[in-house]
Amino acid sequence: MKVDMSWIDYLIMIIYFVFVLGIGWFLRKFMKNANAFLEAGRAMPAWVAGLAFISTNLGALEVMGMTGSGMKYGMLTTHFYWIGAIPAMIFLALFMMPFYYGSKARSVPEYLKLRYDEKTRGLNAILFAVMTILASGISMYALAILLEKVLGWDFNISLWVSASVVLAYTYLGGLSSAIYNEVLQFFIIVIGLLPLVFLSLTDVGGWVGLKESLAPITTANGYAADTWTTTWKYTAEASGNPLGVEWFGILFGLGFVLSFGYWCTNFLIVQRAFAAESKAAARKVPLIGALPKMFVPFLIIVPGIIALVLVNDPAKGFALPLDAGGKPIYDYTIIMLLKQYLPTGVLGLGITALLASFMSGMAGNVSAFNTVWTYDIYQSYLRKRTSNEASDDKHYLNVGRIATVCGVLLSIAAAYIASKFGNIMDFLQTIFSMINAPLFAVIFLGMFWKRTTGHGAFTGLLSGFLMALLHHGLTVPAGATTLVKGGWLGNLHTYPVEMAQNFWTAIIAFTVATTVTVVLTLLTKQKKSDEELTGLVYALTPRTLDEPGLKWYQRPVGLAIMVGVICLILSILFW
Amino acid sequence: MVDIRYPIGLMFSILGVLITIFGFVTMSNADMYQKSLGVNVNIIMGILMLVFGLLMLFFAMKKKKKA
Repeated sequence: MKVDMSWIDYLIMIIYFVFVLGIGWFLRKFMKNANAFLEAGRAMPAWVAGLAFISTNLGALEVMGMTGSGMKYGMLTTHFYWIGAIPAMIFLALFMMPFYYGSKARSVPEYLKLRYDEKTRGLNAILFAVMTILASGISMYALAILLEKVLGWDFNISLWVSASVVLAYTYLGGLSSAIYNEVLQFFIIVIGLLPLVFLSLTDVGGWVGLKESLAPITTANGYAADTWTTTWKYTAEASGNPLGVEWFGILFGLGFVLSFGYWCTNFLIVQRAFAAESKAAARKVPLIGALPKMFVPFLIIVPGIIALVLVNDPAKGFALPLDAGGKPIYDYTIIMLLKQYLPTGVLGLGITALLASFMSGMAGNVSAFNTVWTYDIYQSYLRKRTSNEASDDKHYLNVGRIATVCGVLLSIAAAYIASKFGNIMDFLQTIFSMINAPLFAVIFLGMFWKRTTGHGAFTGLLSGFLMALLHHGLTVPAGATTLVKGGWLGNLHTYPVEMAQNFWTAIIAFTVATTVTVVLTLLTKQKKSDEELTGLVYALTPRTLDEPGLKWYQRPVGLAIMVGVICLILSILFW
Repeated sequence: MVDIRYPIGLMFSILGVLITIFGFVTMSNADMYQKSLGVNVNIIMGILMLVFGLLMLFFAMKKKKKA
């Protein structure tokens, strides 16, 4: 199953590395203070930040995972995009960005400090810091093991080389370098995977041919003939589709709780919009990101669906590698497809695209980690600001740089732990991802209900998180072989698939967090005055109209309507 | 700071030229392109990348002239 790479493939990769490092080297002279290093000086044009916004999310785990999901669930996977990401991105742009950006908070935890209190910020900052390190460690491990198995590269060398490149350019140029490179990486990912989409689709006879070839395969598995090429058609009952979730779970669990939790509160993503040059630009960032995001399914999910046809056709000679238990490793779908269709030359481009996706995700984690560490943990608890601003600036810049190095080293450590105790790391990541849903509840209530108190928010955040844990501990997805998947406290309910369990965990976490926050808010006193909350809360912030004289597509609202309409058309086309 | 379109344009132009040339050199190698259904994807992608790279450079320079 090894892929043979020739000198030209390596040359393409090396040219890419030179440019990525070159950007960092070029930007190093602009890194004069902590603000430039950690916040990119808040000077990014909307389109640059917008592409970086989407590129950070297009990490290795997303590309590998979504192609695998395309094979497992078909077009139903697009729910993560068209009902998941897009509405959340529109909401973030129109309703939340004005308060995030206008508050002058430098991070999401800092917004919590301004809006609520120190303890809410502390809880969120610490959980977030741990989560980003885990996420980048796990994706680094996934990449290195893939390169080892498929390209025959040494695990340790690919781990250290890829981590060192990311470290080099984020250390030199900070968030600016991460963002600039994410834009470059975005184009490499798209262009590198483009020939794969074109060739695989031609091979199966286009969309029509794909549908025809899928019919016997899906019916043999007990699903309707067109289950893999439709999105909403078979969601009336959970058992009618491979996702194992009915329309309500998709709409509320994925479309609302999970997606809003991820896109609106995850600092890793939102940080790109924080770096925009103005409030209007910051509002446009998620919308500009949403435009390409809507079409990402065609780049990574459709080839995954085609892979299902290929495995079932012996003449194609296509197979996925098997794990120790004899089950196919779905995460390898993308690289096996690259191997299947791409000749030397574009093959190097495709492998470079995978490396680029890994780097954009990891740089995102690292640049979010160093900001939260420097501002929300170090500056808040370890060494507060002094009266000497100039020396403070230097000091925090150095702290930011050291945090960058430590962040990468900790991620490498996490990657090694993942290689030894993969289950434990998966488990920890599942647990820490449970923080998003309650966090969204708390930030949402904070922005739109001025009465919400710090005690309410803190308790809501904590209880939502604990309830999510409890739910995960008491339910099991069908066929789970380890306690990592749930049921470590007992088994009250069995879900048909893991995805369904995830959705319901998020729904419960969100509902509990909301209820607890509301009840405690009513029982406690608001300590913040209206003046303190101006700019942080909807009702207390004067509404400023967009700059006059802009064309409709230059305004956030016009752009949002356009994004919404295109997304709706796509959903109807693939209903 | 610096217009990101310069490095992107430059990189894709270089890669485009490289892959196009490689595509022409390997044109007679039918075995190699059996994988890609007989299509010489190197030439196609190479030219596409070159055009994209040059467009990026063009827009970056156009903006600079204005400013």
